[in-house]
Amino acid sequence: MSTAALPVLTAADFASDQDVRWCPGCGDYSILAQMKKVMPTLGVPREKVVFVSGIGCSSRFPYYMNTYGIHSIHGRAPAVATGIKTCRPDLQVWVITGDGDGLSIGGNHLMHAIRRNMDLNIVLFNNRIYGLTKGQYSPTSPLGQRTKSTPMGVIDNPLHPLSIAIGAEATFVARSIDTHIQHLGMVLKRAAEHEGTAFIEVYQNCNVFNDGAWDYATDRAMKAETTIELEHGKPLIFGKNKDKGIRLNGMEPEIVELGKGITEDDLLFHDEKCAEPSLAYLLSRMRYEDGFPEPIGVFRSVQAPLYDKLMNEQIELAIQQKGPGDLDKLFNAGDTWVVE
Amino acid sequence: MLATEKEINVLEEATVRFCGDSGDGMQLAGTQFTNTSALQGNDIATFPDFPAEIRAPRGTKAGVSGFQIHFSSREIFTPGDTVDALVAMNPAALATNLSDLRDGGILICDDAEFEKKGLEQAGYKTNPLEDGSLSKFKLHRVNITKLTRLSVEGLGLGTKEADRCRNFFAMGLVFWLYDRSLEPTLRFITDKFGKRPEVAQANERALKAGYNYGETVEGMSTQYQVQKAVLKPGKYRNIMGNQATAYGLIAAARLSKKRLFMGAYPITPASDVLHELSVFKHFDVLTFQAEDEIAAMTATIGAAFAGEFAVTASSGPGIALKGEGMGLAVMTELPMLIINVQRGGPSTGLPTKTEQADLFQAVLGRNGECPMPVIAARSPGDCFDSVLEAWRIAVEYMTPVMLLTDGYIANGSEPWPIPKAAELPRVTVTHPGPLVNGNGHANGHANGSADDPDGYGEKSKFLPYLRDQKLARPWAVPGTVGLEHRIGGLEKQDITGNVNYEAENHQHMVNTRAQKVANVADSIPLQEVNGPTSGDLLVVSWGGTYGACATAVQKAQSAGKAVAHAHLRYLNPFPKNLGDLLKSYKKVLVPELNMGQLNLLLRGKYLVDCIGYNKVQGKPFSVGELVSKIYELVG
Ligand code: SF4
Repeated sequence: MSTAALPVLTAADFASDQDVRWCPGCGDYSILAQMKKVMPTLGVPREKVVFVSGIGCSSRFPYYMNTYGIHSIHGRAPAVATGIKTCRPDLQVWVITGDGDGLSIGGNHLMHAIRRNMDLNIVLFNNRIYGLTKGQYSPTSPLGQRTKSTPMGVIDNPLHPLSIAIGAEATFVARSIDTHIQHLGMVLKRAAEHEGTAFIEVYQNCNVFNDGAWDYATDRAMKAETTIELEHGKPLIFGKNKDKGIRLNGMEPEIVELGKGITEDDLLFHDEKCAEPSLAYLLSRMRYEDGFPEPIGVFRSVQAPLYDKLMNEQIELAIQQKGPGDLDKLFNAGDTWVVE
Repeated sequence: MLATEKEINVLEEATVRFCGDSGDGMQLAGTQFTNTSALQGNDIATFPDFPAEIRAPRGTKAGVSGFQIHFSSREIFTPGDTVDALVAMNPAALATNLSDLRDGGILICDDAEFEKKGLEQAGYKTNPLEDGSLSKFKLHRVNITKLTRLSVEGLGLGTKEADRCRNFFAMGLVFWLYDRSLEPTLRFITDKFGKRPEVAQANERALKAGYNYGETVEGMSTQYQVQKAVLKPGKYRNIMGNQATAYGLIAAARLSKKRLFMGAYPITPASDVLHELSVFKHFDVLTFQAEDEIAAMTATIGAAFAGEFAVTASSGPGIALKGEGMGLAVMTELPMLIINVQRGGPSTGLPTKTEQADLFQAVLGRNGECPMPVIAARSPGDCFDSVLEAWRIAVEYMTPVMLLTDGYIANGSEPWPIPKAAELPRVTVTHPGPLVNGNGHANGHANGSADDPDGYGEKSKFLPYLRDQKLARPWAVPGTVGLEHRIGGLEKQDITGNVNYEAENHQHMVNTRAQKVANVADSIPLQEVNGPTSGDLLVVSWGGTYGACATAVQKAQSAGKAVAHAHLRYLNPFPKNLGDLLKSYKKVLVPELNMGQLNLLLRGKYLVDCIGYNKVQGKPFSVGELVSKIYELVG
């Protein structure tokens, strides 16, 4: 196989022949577009890529990618992906999930896939609603939200995807926004390049059942004040005029204004490589509703042993120690006797 | 008194049961006796019976654990209805097991345990060893506890540790009683306790002390012998059902040049399959202990999609959780095995007891029209062959296959004629090759040409649901250029595999999936019967009740009754001749350890008025009860 012969692929090469059936204006389109754009830049041939999903609007994603794919059952995509990846570490495996699929019915699988740290890329489209079943509240819907199944308002506390991922020992955690296309592309690429489970939350607008859920983070006029772009080694600065920052006061983050005696050096510096996950966790807890800008970008990117690799290494080691399995030896092991 | 003065009595067969507290090491005693008897050339059948609690309070009836061994100089199929010799390590064990000891049977009790507290726990008002209630048995009161302690004196063991050797003393005594060699157990002791020489020595001493006690004590006047069985010539070993299942999986994967992936979640009585496989990593075996049954199932689907030999094993409650995943497996038409080691249900039911009440679940228990081939193993050793056969069906028809075993055959053991790997059936797996710029035989179909590889008029496209004559679709593996495709649980168009909700298409696909599974009947043997091909009565059985049913029918046949036996391995689809067969007898009896599940399936399919014989008591059929039922029907 000569690498010179490899064709140069474009985004169009990753589009399948199926009509995309999301509602017009759905945030999913932009995520699909970014994915198709990023794929050719990864240097992985199409036949080596597998998209796995569960059930929900986002989970239709694999049908639209001209790669291998499974549209599995509700919540189980991480487990299906685990089977694929452990058998075939050579494949690049993506899991596409949503807030209901990943955090409600599939919460257990998501947590365990993350803690095993296989080389998977998990993208959770967070639209804070059940879209495919037409508008029930999801585990990320805010308290008080009125939906079809909560006419008097949501009364269970929402989950925060990144906090869950960090709690499950994720080695790569990031957040982006459907409309922030360059940023989204960057995050997808970095996730793909990360060795280990990469978990990405994408704020995705469901314009039919939960339109505007992320307006505060996407609105041109507001987003400089309501979001903060994380950059490794840089201080946390935000605001239209880049005049505000996040400072740590003990264990509490606080918003401070630069100038008036406060310099960049007083601010919290982002360290995505920090072995200790508390900083990433603290960032994942910064919420717009509590008056903070919400961080986007890579929260955490550290190295840890990979389950798929370890599993296959154990097999190699066993073969080294015992020699490749021999069926006749296996059958004849232990006490045997001969009947004449 | 000298050993030579003892009487020797040669028996055709005997059944021994060790029972005691679950901490008394009865499973170990039974296993050692089994292996020794097998090595001595007897045919054997075993029945381990243990409580669901890991350690119920000591001395209680709930904590009693037992192990029964039937060993014989002729071919046998069951662990025996009644027991010839019973070892009861405490009053609770006696109370719960005595009813199975035959009149005149040998009863060995540890005298030391029959004191106030133990008797009370077992519900005895008076000491049965003294109140004359055991007069119809040959009772041997042996102070096993004291004699064991004496035998290990000087090794520096505490009382607790010394008492742990009691099972070895009991074994030694029974080994003497049935003239068994101590060698295999001595070897076992060295292997197992070699790292703790004082424990090894203590067990060895206790074992020999028990043996010598039998030889010297006056009360034991007769020694019994059971000669070698006339088995088919060849090399044998002892094998347990779950072990045979694991070996079958390893062999089937190896013979079809596949890696073996097992997704599993711990559950009694299936966990031993996972344990067995996890030590054979050098056979390229990947064992994935999943976070739950659903993940075990769906990871198995992932592994099948990735192109490997994928299997999951569980028991009833776990299989229930896998139901939705199995639907996806049926829809995606990928080959894989789902093994159900059945136990007593419903719900958590009787985890350590046997039952065969998951047949409906296997054949019918999924949403939608969701057909899946189902086969069942009939004995411990047969688990091996059943796995090979299940895998053949899975690959040839591109379908998940359910294999049913049960707690009884999973934990039971029998002599196994050791197969030669080179002579085992081999399943050849073919995956379609690469398709570059429309060139290549995507589906590799015989009716294709260079221009039109699939014979479907589409040159440049891989068609994941284009079927062969058996209706199997191609197994395209990720990594193959040009075969990129998407599958999933939504209804799909035939041939292209694209999502499709049209009315006719759904009907067509439901019919096609059903026909594909029905086609399996073309590749399985016709149902055989043991006995006359028509007559008064046909006994139809399936799964782990084979031994009891076969033995009962043989007995009735020797008594001159026109009775035949058909034991089904294939439960979906049934063998093609089954309907005609059922109609060739005046009566059909279907004994099952459930309330009539096969019976209903047979009635539904063949409109035959089958008679059920049903029992759900967590234990296998006795031969006696089946013989009585047969006589009742044929007079
Ligand atoms: S329902 Fe919402 S999430 Fe689903 S496709 Fe429509 S807009 Fe997108």
